[in-house]
Amino acid sequence: MSKLDRRGFVKLAGLGGGIVFASSLGRRLGFNALGSALDFANGKAEKEFYFVQLSDTHWGFAGPKVNPDAQGTLQKAVQAVNSLEEKPDFIVFTGDLTHTTDDVQVRKDRMSQFKDIVHQLKIPTIYFMAGEHDASLDRGDAYQQFFGKLNYTFDHKGVHFIVLDNVSDPGAIVGESQLNWLKADLKQQRPDQRIVVLTHRPLFDLYPDWDWSTKDGSTVIDALMPYQNVTVFYGHIHQENHHLTGHIAHHSAKSLMFPLPAPGSVEKKAPVPWDATAPYKGLGWRNIEAEAKPVKYDITEVNITGG
Amino acid sequence: MKNWKKRSLIASAFLISAALISGLSVYIKANALPAERVIRVTAKKFDFTPDTITLKKGEPVVFEISSSDRKHGFNLRAFGVRADVNPGGVTRVRFTPDKTGKFTFTCDVFCGDGHEEMAGTVVVTE
Repeated sequence: MSKLDRRGFVKLAGLGGGIVFASSLGRRLGFNALGSALDFANGKAEKEFYFVQLSDTHWGFAGPKVNPDAQGTLQKAVQAVNSLEEKPDFIVFTGDLTHTTDDVQVRKDRMSQFKDIVHQLKIPTIYFMAGEHDASLDRGDAYQQFFGKLNYTFDHKGVHFIVLDNVSDPGAIVGESQLNWLKADLKQQRPDQRIVVLTHRPLFDLYPDWDWSTKDGSTVIDALMPYQNVTVFYGHIHQENHHLTGHIAHHSAKSLMFPLPAPGSVEKKAPVPWDATAPYKGLGWRNIEAEAKPVKYDITEVNITGG
Repeated sequence: MKNWKKRSLIASAFLISAALISGLSVYIKANALPAERVIRVTAKKFDFTPDTITLKKGEPVVFEISSSDRKHGFNLRAFGVRADVNPGGVTRVRFTPDKTGKFTFTCDVFCGDGHEEMAGTVVVTE
């Protein structure tokens, strides 16, 4: 499927609102040279790019009834990303890289093992962020030793990325200090600047009784609201979810360890058991294609498959 | 004569004080709030004891929550009640249920592997 053909398909599958969702076709098939040449001629090449989001790998989790391939699912994702014909510009991991443990040494071992595995990715630029499983028990101490800062920004081809930490405080807050840092950063941005926020927990109250919220997330959203082109990608809830707060879209990603039930759909939140008739069901990662005119993000979900 | 006057003044002051105290007591009784029901809850990794608590609508309650291991949170969102629960002390939260039904309370301070299952239920009846 060529890029132009693929776009036609994507538009048919689209749900509007500046965000388009597609099936797991697309990137794995690669784009043809004609599409790329047309893009270059139209002056879009500098502004369009795509990146990969992987999330909630929970390295160290053990539970055969939930994922009998707990030691192999992340590697399958690594192999799938490496086999992409067109390489993404970068990869983001939106938290819960490791499964939590009270044992500091085990926590560090898990982080070290995780790092060894993802270093097999043939993409040179990888951005990490923490989840509560990585950082809440020691306020991000071990995480920072292995992966660096908990909150930071970076810019890529006209998009300003903001990585927010809503996990290292065990009370699930961003906190006043980080909020001031965010506001200072936003002051430097144009109102129409393309901004992507990467975080672990949802910034809005998706389902607080299941810890699917950030206590001071509304203050973050208030700070972002004056900016016209803001999109949030996050993890934590182990499933796709698409939500709007005003004009700001929030998209959660699937897990690479176990799926969780839909918000509030069962009395007690617990991992969805492994389905032997459909192995890896609910596990996956995504490609996100950033387009400048109009500003939108084409999301392509990719399921993990056996083999 | 002086002693008599002094005794008389003291007696008057005593009578006036007694009358005031008596009046105040009647006023307090007449305007007293209903007694709070005390509910003691223990938090530990990764559960609350008891984990099901039945209350009556309109009956004021005070939850006395203690932790037997580490810092936890207590969050009963339906009634806007939340507090940190630190070990070595008792955390008190007061509220009066104003609606009936089943309501979840959770630990909202990440406490480890079973944190996400650390929850209980308040049942409010008429």
